[in-house]
Amino acid sequence: MVASATSAGPGTTSPDPGDATRFTAARFDATWRPRLEALLGSGSAAGADLVEVFLERTDHLGVLAEQDAITSVSPAFGKGAGIRVFRGERDGFVSTNDLSDAGLRRALEQALGMLGLQLPSLAGGGLAGGFGGLADLRDFAAAKEDWLRRCPELREATGKLLEGTGLLERHGSHLQVRRGSYARDWQEVLVAASDGTFGRDIRLHQSVGLNVLAADGEHRSSVGRRYGTSGRPDDLREWNADGSAQEVCESAGTMLYADYVEAGQLPVVLANRFGGVIFHEACGHLLETTQVERGTTPFADKVGEPIAHAAVTAIDEGLSDGAFGSLSMDDEGMEPQRTVLIENGVLQRFLSDRAGERRTGHGRTGSGRRQGHTFAAASRMRNTYIAAGPHTPEELIASVDRGLYCKAMGGGSVGPTGQFNFAVEEGYLIENGQLTKPVKGATLIGEAKEVMPRISMCANDLELAAGFCGSVSGSVFVTVGQPHIKVDSITVGGR
Amino acid sequence: MTSTVTATPGQGLDAQALRASLERLAASTGIRQWDLGAACSTDISVQVDRGEAKQMKGAQRSSITIRVWNDDGLVGITSTSDLSDAGLEKALAGARDASAFGNADDTPQFSPLATAPLQELHQPLREPQGILRLLDTLKTAEADLLGRHSAIGTVPYNGLAERSSERLYLNSAGASRQQRLSTASVYLYARAEEAGRKPRSAGAVRLAYGAADLDIAGCIDEAAGRTISHLDYAPIATGRYTCVFSPEAFLDLIGAFSSLFNARSVLDGVSLSSRASIGQPLAVPFLSIHDNGLHPGNIGASAFDGEGTPTRRLVLVEGGVLQNFLHSEATARAFGVTPTGHAGLGAKVSVGPDWFEIGPTPGSGGGQPGLDRFKASEPIVWIDSLSALHAGVKASQGSFSLPFDGWLVQGGEARSIEAATVAGDIRTLLNAIVGFEGEAKVTPDGLCPHVWVEGLSITGDA
Repeated sequence: MVASATSAGPGTTSPDPGDATRFTAARFDATWRPRLEALLGSGSAAGADLVEVFLERTDHLGVLAEQDAITSVSPAFGKGAGIRVFRGERDGFVSTNDLSDAGLRRALEQALGMLGLQLPSLAGGGLAGGFGGLADLRDFAAAKEDWLRRCPELREATGKLLEGTGLLERHGSHLQVRRGSYARDWQEVLVAASDGTFGRDIRLHQSVGLNVLAADGEHRSSVGRRYGTSGRPDDLREWNADGSAQEVCESAGTMLYADYVEAGQLPVVLANRFGGVIFHEACGHLLETTQVERGTTPFADKVGEPIAHAAVTAIDEGLSDGAFGSLSMDDEGMEPQRTVLIENGVLQRFLSDRAGERRTGHGRTGSGRRQGHTFAAASRMRNTYIAAGPHTPEELIASVDRGLYCKAMGGGSVGPTGQFNFAVEEGYLIENGQLTKPVKGATLIGEAKEVMPRISMCANDLELAAGFCGSVSGSVFVTVGQPHIKVDSITVGGR
Repeated sequence: MTSTVTATPGQGLDAQALRASLERLAASTGIRQWDLGAACSTDISVQVDRGEAKQMKGAQRSSITIRVWNDDGLVGITSTSDLSDAGLEKALAGARDASAFGNADDTPQFSPLATAPLQELHQPLREPQGILRLLDTLKTAEADLLGRHSAIGTVPYNGLAERSSERLYLNSAGASRQQRLSTASVYLYARAEEAGRKPRSAGAVRLAYGAADLDIAGCIDEAAGRTISHLDYAPIATGRYTCVFSPEAFLDLIGAFSSLFNARSVLDGVSLSSRASIGQPLAVPFLSIHDNGLHPGNIGASAFDGEGTPTRRLVLVEGGVLQNFLHSEATARAFGVTPTGHAGLGAKVSVGPDWFEIGPTPGSGGGQPGLDRFKASEPIVWIDSLSALHAGVKASQGSFSLPFDGWLVQGGEARSIEAATVAGDIRTLLNAIVGFEGEAKVTPDGLCPHVWVEGLSITGDA
């Protein structure tokens, strides 16, 4: 993978000697140092093991096109702070929209109070209670200041979406509904902690989606695709609307007359790209230290042991160029790593954040992520995928006498016992090693411990796809991915 | 930094100051028509892990959505969490800019009911107990649950929370709505595992107006009972079964297909219903579905919707026949009816249900009488809870394929089903209802008895 702008190294900014009255309210930068040091010093003096302040500004734009009209434009902006205090393995977390000195101090006082600690009566200077001050600001945002300005203006964005819905009309048939949607999420963050962490970043995520509902008498199919990148202001301009529209229309047309799948235990070949949601749901979540903390992963004591078929190597990283889950620093100020989770079937390590490291002993991996300031960070996946194998996709399909080919996946989830499920949006029967008729209504269910050893073949066509993952720290941008893979047997729910 | 003049932590929203700010800012920018929805809340919550505090959280939130009409009558909105004067000014400017892209074919107006009288709700405001007391309560509850069975090793998902909140709606024609609420919730999801067997999990939730009012003992009993009942499990053979949905499961299913009753979805072409569906049979002739956000069991009910329209009880299905749709101002105008109090606030206004009441239509006989799953002559699949509705429901197609937790009831004995999915078509299901069992139960999502449905496809591992 090539390092991108989102993973480029930071600039550093020397400590600002200015006083607290000179800070820049409209921007997060080194001028916040005195205020943050005062807060962190107060928290440390109160007896906290670690205090962390997460500041955030956001700017969101959502646009919806239906048929050939723009039907919704939804801008939103905000700001806020999340303050987290650790004492031993316990933590208190308070979020607020009030970034005034009084507001931040009130939030810190509340977080300390949760742990039985009291804010010292005198706010005083910043360097107290063993707090040695903040390091030089690691400014990952320096080269990203113009990202928001470089994104398409409303007129350009609406025009591009209408081009997309127009192309749907051109390529599709029996289309009852055509929709295009665009979301642009800009976020500036500043992270400061009493261990000296001081980092700033700007993130930009853009995604565009096309959805159709096709109907012909009693036959109906609804198909959607979403494409997303990070750190690419020109993403919407460069979007291949025609290719996307063709893909969506082809799928909708195929599925319009598909029969419902017959239920049962079947071998399954899962396509590349968003097929990777199976690993994300079935195994990835169970390799987050939040699951180790809760005692809800069957893999907690399996590091160094085989948990999957030897054909499986799985990776989670935050570095891929422009990928939806890439980031320059995580939401705890740490640069992301390339983390090999499983190598040739053997569990290598877990994804960990600050709390995970304190509570489970697994070292941090730059995976502390949160939706925004109202959530405490947790160990979360970034770009997660199964590595390419030696086979061609055709070899996988040819190896199945009777089974299911899952070309496009819907969403999925994993429960507290490790049981996962996900929907198949576009499926085909495999009969005698050949793809035959399209089928719909399939749900794949299973348990990670049972399914991972059944991934017996991986093809050579790894591709990634953007997605959103909801979990304990909210909804975050992620990438899932895989080559075509074969699962020897899985429960296919249907009719 | 600019001072926040319209929301003060712990003191709530100042409607007069907000109106004054908006009127001043709107006048200075030539905006003559506007409305807004604002909310603020203070939350505290705790989680525990085997007798220790795991995480304690607090949050002060505020938000506002401003909607403006430009000189061409087109609408734009902007939302923000910044309720300072500077934030409001920026939001107003953003809404005005967005209005240039308003949809001329579907422009919302003020609800004609935005100043109509509101029904008085009995919603006692409780003082917060404080986080340390919540922590003690939850620790005790966790210990109680862990002690119910030796196989229950953890309660991995748990939480006890208190919230004080306030919301308001204002518009430039003088409408002013404001509502304050206090609510509390507890959830306990236990995980149990016996040697050589798979882990099993189940839980329960309770809501109330204050933490002291929460039925925590009932929550523990329900979570323990459900979890223990799943310890002895077996796979089920794939096939067609008569199923009995728990009230929670049936309400979840109807909620996932609520586009059947949603006028916005009808106008957008993504509902299975059409304008012509009103007055047509949708289900068996003894089924009633009402939406009633005002039911006393609906903890935290809203007195008015996002457009200021009063919340009210609405008949959706009576005698199996579709009677009404849920409406916003714009959809009601398009259908020639009055708004029903189910709108959000936006340039394109969303519509959604509040709280369902489901049961037999009075005078209809209510389907097959005397249903009792423990006395049935055939095997019955008792569906306790459905999972992954976001992934397994295709609302615009009517199909569903969903994992569930439940039991196979044979000869009066219920045994947990190891892992299975239930699949079908919602319209077929609504016409395959056999009847109801037991009294209707109040749940967080509505009121419903157990519902019998015949001939559903179950996929299992056996």
